[in-house]
Amino acid sequence: MPVKTLTIDGQLITSPRDQTVLDAARGHGIKIPTLCHLDGVSEVGACRLCLVEIAGSNKLVPSCLTQVAEGMNVTTNSPRLQDYRKMIVELLFAERNHVCSVCVANGHCELQELAVAVGMDHVRFEYQFPQLPVDVSHDQFGLDHNRCVMCTRCVRVCDEIEGAHTWDVSGRGHNARVITDLNQPWGDAESCTSCGKCVQACPTGALFRQGATVAEMQKDKEKLGSLMQAREKKQWVV
Amino acid sequence: MTKRIIIDPVSRIEGHAKITIYLDDRDQVTDARFHVTEFRGFERFCEGRPFFEMAGLAARICGICPVSHLLASAKAGDRILAVAIPPAAVKLRRLMNLAQFIQSHALSFFHLSAPDLLLGWESDPAKRNVFGLIDSHPELARGGIRLRQLGQEIIEALGGRKIHPAWSVPGGVRENLPTEVRDRFLACLPQAHAVTRQALDFFKGFLDQHAEEIQVFGNFPSLFMGLVTPEGDWENYDGRLRFMDGATPSPPTPLSQGARGECAGNVLHDIDPIEYEQLLGERVEKDSFLKSPYYKPLGYPDGVYRVGPLARVNICRRMGVPRADGELVEFRQRAGGVANASFFFHYARLLEILACLEFLERLLPDPDLQSDLVRAEAGVNCLEGIGVSEAPRGTLFHHYHVDRDGLLTKVNLLIATGQNALAMNRAVTQIARHYVKGPKIEEPILNRVEAGIRCFDPCLSCSTHALGQMPLHVELRRNDGTLLQELRRT
Repeated sequence: MPVKTLTIDGQLITSPRDQTVLDAARGHGIKIPTLCHLDGVSEVGACRLCLVEIAGSNKLVPSCLTQVAEGMNVTTNSPRLQDYRKMIVELLFAERNHVCSVCVANGHCELQELAVAVGMDHVRFEYQFPQLPVDVSHDQFGLDHNRCVMCTRCVRVCDEIEGAHTWDVSGRGHNARVITDLNQPWGDAESCTSCGKCVQACPTGALFRQGATVAEMQKDKEKLGSLMQAREKKQWVV
Repeated sequence: MTKRIIIDPVSRIEGHAKITIYLDDRDQVTDARFHVTEFRGFERFCEGRPFFEMAGLAARICGICPVSHLLASAKAGDRILAVAIPPAAVKLRRLMNLAQFIQSHALSFFHLSAPDLLLGWESDPAKRNVFGLIDSHPELARGGIRLRQLGQEIIEALGGRKIHPAWSVPGGVRENLPTEVRDRFLACLPQAHAVTRQALDFFKGFLDQHAEEIQVFGNFPSLFMGLVTPEGDWENYDGRLRFMDGATPSPPTPLSQGARGECAGNVLHDIDPIEYEQLLGERVEKDSFLKSPYYKPLGYPDGVYRVGPLARVNICRRMGVPRADGELVEFRQRAGGVANASFFFHYARLLEILACLEFLERLLPDPDLQSDLVRAEAGVNCLEGIGVSEAPRGTLFHHYHVDRDGLLTKVNLLIATGQNALAMNRAVTQIARHYVKGPKIEEPILNRVEAGIRCFDPCLSCSTHALGQMPLHVELRRNDGTLLQELRRT
């Protein structure tokens, strides 16, 4: 059977069998918030913002990693989901030092947009205020761990689109950090091609162009999408 | 046994402070101290940040004069890049600083100090504010608000927002000035001139009737410091750092309009501002978060110097624009040479608004303001950068050290209000000695003590990089610390 028929938020839809619930919903104009998802690269289900309810199961599942199934009944927006999403965004803000007013991505930041979308008017959790370094050893770009949300988009875009795999993750849980090469300063990472895809993929101001000041970093994610499309359609193969 | 009076918090200033007045056994004032009670610690927490972010960070120190920090920080950044920034960027930065002077001075004079001057020291404290002023002198109040609006709107037109525009950056500025807004501002200037003229005339009339305030509101000789052009004219963005003593040469130096006059006192030094550490030391006081810089050759605490409008107007040979130069002649005549009375800060502030408006008239038609060559790009070429410019309240120094990648390793900020700290202590003591008699103090006396501080227009959020409010608290104590009386106003 090439397609599946399912219900999302009461809307009966058909979707290709290999699609995720997230893609199926978006394909029908149903919005599900995401942070770690990036069109064109693999899914990791790290941010948990795209959690949805599936009838018959009390467990919430990430829509980005859940394949559509025949007869599936999905709810993408409920008071329970709203509570969880708000809590997740609050936890992200509490975990590191997100100061929008002086951030290079102010006004162009997906985390900031999410906070608005979920109605976060304050953070209920104690701020951690970790002392985190900034790496500006690269000639063109910089990494500010204070603003990183560990979405790992940079890791996937570098590996899957650029093919360099400069980025990776070290540590676990609270201590997890994105790193370049073998946890060397970015400027010393020999595998980096300085293509800048990671900077464009980053949803916050964690990866930025050097010299950028408040609100100056606008990311162009469409560029990454068109790169993926060109690759899939073999547009550049002679 | 000595007693102590404490004013805490001090009202109608930008920030949170208190005043302590000490009385001896005969209830005579022995000393008075101005303390700043809040702290934010920008110098410490900016360490580790990239220097090119610093202008945007530093602007957050203050909501009244963010532009000053923006400019001084960007200038320090220019030094780290080791570039000469595009000429259009210099003009645009000057333009924003002029706008900033107008809005900040208008706030100080019309919103914060004019209620005392127009409604009287003894008037009802509940009405002694800008709203009371709107009731009693609607035209002047409206004019003052419009004047401030002009400054704020120029800042917004350049930086995209009135407060905290992260517009000036190491290497230049982010945007130029569009022609259509330029024309709108040019059209506003005649009205702004009229308001300033009205305020000047009013203030001069006030001076004639208030010799007592002039005598006791911090009237003492001190050094003055500020920037001047290489020719010795009034300056607010660049130039030489001048130190002048407070002694009026005999006979006083004449200043005639258009002629090559000199400054009001004796020039001690004219140095490159980046050499400021040769002459300025910094002292930390036990009872205040305000650092007290002093003039090194005279040591601490004798090396009192004043900065800000009064200093700038004293140290320059002329303003450099005709109407303000005419006013400067009268200013010096009224002061009898060097203006040592801190009450003249208000006068100097109005004189500077006039000069800024004239400089705006001259600068706004310049086609360079529409240039798209406004930002130089470079990497880290120098590991230390010092940026000096004039803030409305005085000379502002931003001094950074960076590592090879451009991360800040040391940040030192020398703020105008801090540089006036020693002078403000002297002013408070002088006023208290004159007005405080006995262990009870009444509200109008309290207000005069505060008004002495207001002459300096201190910005405490800047000077301690602290977040503040504006209520008032006074304590009267014996020298041994026994509390005699406490007054609070919120």
